[in-house]
Amino acid sequence: MNLTLKIWKQKGPQDKGRMVDYKVNDISEHMSFLEMMDVLNEQLVNSGDEPVAFDHDCREGICGMCSLYINGQAHGPDRGITTCQLHMRMFKDGDTITIEPFRAKAFPVIKDLVVDRMSFERIQQAGGYISVNTSGNTQDANNILISKHAADEAMDAAACIGCGACVATCKNSSAMLFVGAKVSQYALLPQGQIEAVDRVQNMVVQMDLEGFGNCTNTGACEIECPKGISLDNIARMNRELMKASLK
Amino acid sequence: MALDSKVPKGPIKDKWTTYKDKIDLVNPANKRNIDIIVVGTGLAGGSAAATLAELGYNVKAFAYQDSPRRAHSIAAQGGINASKNYMGDGDSNYRLFYDTVKGGDYRSREANVYRLAEVSGNIIDQCVAQGVPFARDYGGLLDNRSFGGVLVSRTFYAKGQTGQQLLLGAYSAMNRQIARGKIEMFNRHEMLDVVLVDGKARGIITRNLITGEIERHSAHAVVIATGGYGNVYFLSTNAMGSNVTAAWKIHKKGAYFANPCFTQIHPTCIPRSGDYQSKLTLMSESLRNDGRIWVPKHLDDAKAIQQGKLKPTEITEENRDYFLERRYPAFGNLVPRDVASRAAKERCDAGYGVNATGEAVYLDFAFAFERYGKEQAKIHGISNPSKEKIIELGQAIIEEKYGNLFQMYEKIIAENPYETPMMIYPATHYTMGGVWVDYNLMTTVEGLYCIGEANFSDHGANRLGASALMQGLADGYFVLPYTIGDYLSDDIRTGKISTDSPEFEEAEKEVKGRITFFMNNNGSKSVDYFHKKLGKIMWDKVGMARNAEGLKEAMAEIKAIREEFWKEVKVPGDANEMNLELEKVGRVADFLELGELFAKDALDRNESCGGHFREESVELEGEQKGEAKRNDKDYAYVSAWEYKGEPADAVLHKEELEFKDIELKQRSYK
Repeated sequence: MNLTLKIWKQKGPQDKGRMVDYKVNDISEHMSFLEMMDVLNEQLVNSGDEPVAFDHDCREGICGMCSLYINGQAHGPDRGITTCQLHMRMFKDGDTITIEPFRAKAFPVIKDLVVDRMSFERIQQAGGYISVNTSGNTQDANNILISKHAADEAMDAAACIGCGACVATCKNSSAMLFVGAKVSQYALLPQGQIEAVDRVQNMVVQMDLEGFGNCTNTGACEIECPKGISLDNIARMNRELMKASLK
Repeated sequence: MALDSKVPKGPIKDKWTTYKDKIDLVNPANKRNIDIIVVGTGLAGGSAAATLAELGYNVKAFAYQDSPRRAHSIAAQGGINASKNYMGDGDSNYRLFYDTVKGGDYRSREANVYRLAEVSGNIIDQCVAQGVPFARDYGGLLDNRSFGGVLVSRTFYAKGQTGQQLLLGAYSAMNRQIARGKIEMFNRHEMLDVVLVDGKARGIITRNLITGEIERHSAHAVVIATGGYGNVYFLSTNAMGSNVTAAWKIHKKGAYFANPCFTQIHPTCIPRSGDYQSKLTLMSESLRNDGRIWVPKHLDDAKAIQQGKLKPTEITEENRDYFLERRYPAFGNLVPRDVASRAAKERCDAGYGVNATGEAVYLDFAFAFERYGKEQAKIHGISNPSKEKIIELGQAIIEEKYGNLFQMYEKIIAENPYETPMMIYPATHYTMGGVWVDYNLMTTVEGLYCIGEANFSDHGANRLGASALMQGLADGYFVLPYTIGDYLSDDIRTGKISTDSPEFEEAEKEVKGRITFFMNNNGSKSVDYFHKKLGKIMWDKVGMARNAEGLKEAMAEIKAIREEFWKEVKVPGDANEMNLELEKVGRVADFLELGELFAKDALDRNESCGGHFREESVELEGEQKGEAKRNDKDYAYVSAWEYKGEPADAVLHKEELEFKDIELKQRSYK
């Protein structure tokens, strides 16, 4: 298929940026979206132009590096996947595809489609851990009994890949789904109880400091999340925060 | 220089304990004055950085991604081994040690492997304490599954995302230390050289991938944890950015590179579909617990399938060839990876392959649906269930176990694997070879350590499933923190290492010179053009089956590509900003050197062992006819290569392997 691409180009953080049109031809429906971007970049390099910068790494939907806002949707027009898992069979010959970076105040653009997600790092550093030293002198793993139900639910929350699609898709640029998932994982496990109060408070304070917006329950984040992280995690975080405020 | 593995004396069971009792320690007040650089933040680097910081050292950690959590350890699916014997099926440290040495086809160092088995249980304890949500059974205890090449269930898992969960555990431990100021984290930084002062590793040169700035970083010791070099094949299950650069740079500065030809071709990957393919996707080995591998028994059927005229579900039971079960009745579909891969290649080369390219075999779950379905029907008290009901119940169990893998497959291939068998084909996955290290995990350069997949030590010629995660975390959490302390105890009076020395000056100049060269080369071809060309030679001539003639050709061809590369490669853009082509060009330049050494090593080793299969070395008769033939008399050594300029001039040093606790046997899975 032959396609027209409208891509956000921005030389650096200070540059104003603009949309630029590109053409790519003979794209196979079996290609992944990023392989189509590879074709474009190879074409640009061969003609002596600078390729379009975008983040990507594992190309199997788990590292959370790839982003892209495609035709107005985080990770493009398919559900339960990251951009690297999006395939060209979702498009048809003659289509015009608009490709933008994940946009949010807390995700400034570094170059073209690459954004800075250090705000997520700082939130995790504020409390996204259990304070146990890695000495190996902990108790035997089977001494901590965890119900299958709790373990499975914690796993579902822990499946978050930290890509930022929830933020990019939210009209308020809220990071509640991301933070809620991390808070939930530990809130559901006995190991996480000891620091529960400090954890939720510190992470939420940091989230606000980073300039993420608030949650107005539109649920867009849950729909766009490539890992199906549920809104329940936001509710659980709010309950944890409420509990913490009473202690 | 003679190789000294520094393995402690004494019985194998006591070596590590005795060693730990006798090493020199650094007191807490002195640790504060010591800096350690850790390059790479996957399971090995991440766990090492966190632990060293907890101990009180000042750690500087480096990752080329925008967060430590994105290192490719995150993509490991199936699980992590530990000899907990929770299942009561006869597991023990010795058995895990034995399986790993045997699985590695007797080309690993006994003492290292025993230590690995010894600390494996601690890893699970540690990860649970960190909040890693391993799978549990209904009583709240940890669940286990089986992996290839063993006869017990010792693999702990977190759905199909075990690597992700373990890495997030190590990452959370890192975050705690970043917040305390004990780890200084450098995201989006790439190491471009190591700096030696008076023969000791004292720092690195990095490029800030956002600003392009070349930086100097000093420390008392440097740890390389940058993973494997599978991307030398261009197509592999590695991440796009995975590279050999850090390991290769230290090799050029004196670290020997060991067993480069020991590379694992993983049997269960999604087959390639076209020339545009950028990477291959792995389907976890755990699928072989429940899936059966087959091809059509008759060539006509295979042809019809290749042409799209016949569907796999239309081929009846008696017309299928379950070739692994046929050839290896004892282990069946759970033979080790190298054996399974070669068997699939053998069938496909003989014309029985199944997709349009003829390079695929089936992985079929129909039997598992039925088996689990019947079990479920009994559990739920459904008498005389219909076939549909059984399948439905069985599919639900499979979905619970491997749902994410089935979804991943469907997104890529656009076929529903619940309705039609999966298609799989081997792909480059893991590299057992790597930087040579002694028992302390130190390279042949003083103060320079190498851990995780980047080193060579524990997996011999073939790695068993679920052992990479174990090794990465063992090295980082439990081994390196002891061994590096012993070395650093001599450095308590050294004081801060200056970056103003001539050595740093020289290294920086070299790095900058190379960047300037690439930016001004004005060639006519892209970086990927050369990388793909290299990959094709590696796959065709240094792939699953190798012979002397092909390897010699490969060496000459790679050299020729390398020469063309330096004349013709083109890098657009600017060096003083984010430049993805510039990042790639340096990595491919190093792959082009490694590839030749890889072929040279494969040529030297005229035996078949593990993932290294020489067509000249096969069993000619008896029960094992056609199987790989190892040659312990001539090749029971680690080949450690010393850099001498051109890869072809590398000098071989041998570390003879001694097996005192395991009898060398032919590895039979029949």
